[in-house]
Parts: sequence; structure tokens; C-alpha cells
Amino acid sequence: MEFERPLVELEEKLASLKRLHVSDQPELAAEIAELEAEIGRLHETLYAALTPWERVQISRHPERPKTDDYLAALFADVVELHGDRLAGDDEAMFAGLASFGGRRVAVLGHRKGKNTNENVRRNFGSPHPEGFRKAERVMRLADRFGIPIVTFLDTAGAYPGIEAEERGQAISIAECLATLSAVRVPVVVIGIGEGGSGGALAIGFGDRLIMLENAYYSVISPEMCATILHKDARRASEASTCLQLTAADLVGFGLADTVVAEPRGGAHRDPETVFSGVREALSAALDALSAADRSTLPDTRYERLRRIGEIAGA
Amino acid sequence: MPISDWFKAREQRNYTTPTQASAPSDVPDGVWVRCEGCKHTLYVGDLERELMVCPNCGRHHDISAPERLAILVDEGSFEEVDEALRSVDPLGFTSGKVYADQVASAEERTGLGEAIVTGRATIGGRPAIVGVMDFRFIGASMGSVVGEKVARAFELALAERTPLVLVTASGGARMQEGVLSLMQMAKTAAAAARLAAAGVPYIVVLTNPTMGGVTASFATLGDVLIAEPGALIGFAGPRLVEQTIRKSLPKGFQSSEFLLEHGLIDMVVDRRGLKDRVALLLTYLAAGDE
Repeated sequence: MEFERPLVELEEKLASLKRLHVSDQPELAAEIAELEAEIGRLHETLYAALTPWERVQISRHPERPKTDDYLAALFADVVELHGDRLAGDDEAMFAGLASFGGRRVAVLGHRKGKNTNENVRRNFGSPHPEGFRKAERVMRLADRFGIPIVTFLDTAGAYPGIEAEERGQAISIAECLATLSAVRVPVVVIGIGEGGSGGALAIGFGDRLIMLENAYYSVISPEMCATILHKDARRASEASTCLQLTAADLVGFGLADTVVAEPRGGAHRDPETVFSGVREALSAALDALSAADRSTLPDTRYERLRRIGEIAGA
Repeated sequence: MPISDWFKAREQRNYTTPTQASAPSDVPDGVWVRCEGCKHTLYVGDLERELMVCPNCGRHHDISAPERLAILVDEGSFEEVDEALRSVDPLGFTSGKVYADQVASAEERTGLGEAIVTGRATIGGRPAIVGVMDFRFIGASMGSVVGEKVARAFELALAERTPLVLVTASGGARMQEGVLSLMQMAKTAAAAARLAAAGVPYIVVLTNPTMGGVTASFATLGDVLIAEPGALIGFAGPRLVEQTIRKSLPKGFQSSEFLLEHGLIDMVVDRRGLKDRVALLLTYLAAGDE
């Protein structure tokens, strides 16, 4: 990532020095110690107070754990459910059934790829209407069989393409929102990376919102916001700050319930720590929600939504 | 109030789509306008008589919320609700224009409190809860107040078991209220789902333009979706789509007619027949309550 470049340069220098190092060169050893200390200091300053734009960059890191990684780490006996029963199977959206700590759950999640091939097939995690319709179908299935829903958010947004519009991108998202608002099962949403606009929201609200420390959730991408305001996508950093899109901002607005801490530098530096943080938060959320009378869940969820927003003259 | 009174203010507005045509030398200014569709010079009186639809090419020019109410609901029947709700600036958004100033200037320019007007009315003698959006107000984007007024309109329709008719026009969610605007999509869609579950009819009239987060929430959850001819309706803006796919867009992409062809809306209705059509649909859908 751009802001990490000074650190990467030092780390490369250190590695090359270490390759040269032999025990009879004390001056080299001193230089290595000096460099290590400098790297330590840079670590502190780089990551101590990340800007919103730096967090957005971390949320998009190619090595960041993705929905597939959480499926493998947190769940057992995963059964994927394919297709929207209408036109196709969108690989940008995962839907399936799984076991979480002995509890059955329905899992939905945006699916970015690990490599170029996967990313092309999955449109870099940006669903078409087929993806939203598949998700909506599985929401209804979960409702019918009383299975709690767990969703993973990681998308830049719904795919902006001709075919997506022809097949009703907007309507497919609207129907997800309507269905998700009314399911009589607990809904726990986990923001693991990008929370881009309507495409994220389609599976992105419920009874609890857990956010990873460096995940974001926004009405518009910082680049697009900067383009609209200043006709200059390079001012995305400034736009990120204005939009108040970080996990901490979401807690401030009362939208997020829990923030899962990430290791210094981001989730990709130590995925296991993050998986265990998410496991714990998800487990606590499901425990709390399973105590509630299921028939009251839609009303409680509606009240939660009704409180969102700031208004004068009400 | 007679339609002509609503239309009087039109000459002072700066968003009016028909542009002032250079008047023939012996008539006063503001009497002639040029159609944005066919470029014909039209007499304002003729255009107004046709509800701002060009008598030559059928182009539907944008109209304000008060103008829309005047042609949709029965004369004198509209009683506004929630008129005191006003936007605040929850993010302190000052990048580009200062949001608080934008709201204040939109209020002053339009005489409206926000980008949607809601209330009780009758249409062809049938009671309805009605909401009309006004694109002049910050592109009728949906922030906390628009979302709240829409949600309350659904709740009022539910409480009174009265059909809801919403006329949409919007650029989408309001960027300046950040994720709070995004959440208004979920809030309004949830309110729509509750009305649907209760079996109270909900009719949507999609007008130019209805885009983004409004199309992707309450605007497409109606029992019947009507669009005005030639309106731009979609999720992603056409420029974004063009930039993403790096191809030019097919003619008529995201127009009402394009949506009809792809099975996404029920009908395209000429503004001059809109009120009668809505009234007829209300009689069909509300029949169960009789």
C-alpha cells in the first residue's frame, strides 16, 4: 500500500544487509540494529493513527482475509447453495448453509477472488442481480426453516454494467432489503473489508453489526465522492475523512455494535487473530439473539432502523 | 388551487428544463420557450395546458413537487404532513460546498422544507397518502429527512389503511449524510415491506430521473410501477456504467421504455393521462376494503 512504502523500503534494506552479515563485521551488526530500531519507530508512527483513507486501503488489501477464508476458518460442514432460480449463478455472492460452533446458520457473503482468474469470474466481488436474487432466495429459505443468518460484507458495490441494469440491479437490491427486514430469524452482519453502498447494504443490516477495525461502510466510494465534489478522484483521502466511514465512526453513529481489533498493519498480517476475534463476536451476538422471542425480531430490527438518522423539527 | 397559479412561479426558476427562446420582437419575455426534446419554440400557455408535455414531440419536462401535486390530486384535497422536518448536518460535511448552506439555499429557492412533500389527498375521489419528490432540492437525494418522511408516509398509510402513491425523482442517496443516508434505503424498504404485508396498496410513479439508492429501495417496491415517458431510471448512473465497461451505451439505455421492454415496470403512462390511470388502479387495488 502506498502509505507503507517507506516501511517496505527499510525492510528490504534490512533484509539485504542481513544477507551480507557475517560475525566478523561488527560495524555491519551495529547498522542492522540501528535499522531495526528505525523500523520499529516507523511501525509505531505509521499504524498508531491510521487515517480513514489508509484504513480504506487496508480494507482493499489483496491479501486481506476474504469471505472464503472466514468460511474455512469459522464454519464446519459448509454446503453452498447455487443460483437464483431464474437466470444464473453469480459467483460474486456466496450463499449456503453451515455449522458454527454446533449451531446451524445460513451464510451470505460478497466474494472477492484470490487471483486474477477468480476475480474476473467474480467481478472483483461486485454482484449482478443474480447474486442479490440468490441471496434473497436464501434469506427466505432461512426464514422458513428458522435458521439464523450471518453475512460477510466485502464489496466495492453492485456491478455497474449494461446487463446488470437490464436485469434489474436496483429492484434486486430493493427486494433484498425488504426481505431481510422481515425475516423472523436473527441476522448478524460482519463487515470484513469493503462496505460499498447499496451492493453492501443488500445483505448489510440486521440485528447486530460487527465491524473489523479497518473495514469501512459508506454510501459512496471515496474516489467517486471526490470525483463528484472536486472532479478529482485523487482527493479520495479528503473524501474518506468527510464521509465518516470507519468502524469507529459507525460505532459513533450507533450503527455498529462491536469492533474486532486487527493486528498492526491489518488483518492480513495475522489472520488467525482476526478469525478468533470474529468467532468470539459472532458467537456472543448469536447467543444474545437466540434468547429473544423470534416473532419479535422483525419489529426490533425495524425499530433499530427507524432510529437511524438525524433530523430537526421532529 | 388552479394549475396556472402553480405554474406562475415557473418563470423565476432556474432549473426549468425548457429554455427561454428568443422571443419574437413584439411579445414580452418569458412567453416563449424552447422544447428540450425537439427544440421547437413553444408558447408557454400551450405547454402549460399540456402539463409541460411538448405538444409537438411528447417530451415530458421536469416539474416541481407543487406542480406535480396540482396535476395528480383532486383540487384542494391535499393536506401536508410532517412539513416541519428539516435536515441537519450530522457529518459537518464541508468538502466542496458546505452542506448546511446547500440545504438553506435549496429551501429558499424552492420554498420547500426538503426534497419530498407528503400528505393526505384524494385522487379521483379516492383517499390516498401521497408523496412527491422535487429534484430541485439537492437533486432530491435521500438523506435522513427524506428517508424519515417516506417511512412516515408508509406508516401513515398503514395506520389509516389508505393506499400510498409516491412520485419519485432522485439522484440517489445523499452523499453529504454519509452512511446515515445509505441506511435510509433499508429503513424505507423495511417500511414498504410492512405495508405490503398488511395488504395496503402502494403505487409508484417513477419520473425523471430516479436513480441509485432511491430506485434500489422504496421506489421499486410498489405493487404497481408506473413510469413517465422518457424518464431516466436505474441504479448506476449512465456515466459510471460507460466508464466501467468502456463501451458506449445503447440508445435509450435506462429510459422508461427500456425498463418496460426488460420487464422491470408495469407501464409507461403519459402525464396527461396519469391521474386517471392512478385513480383507476386505486379502485382495482382497494376493492378488497369495500
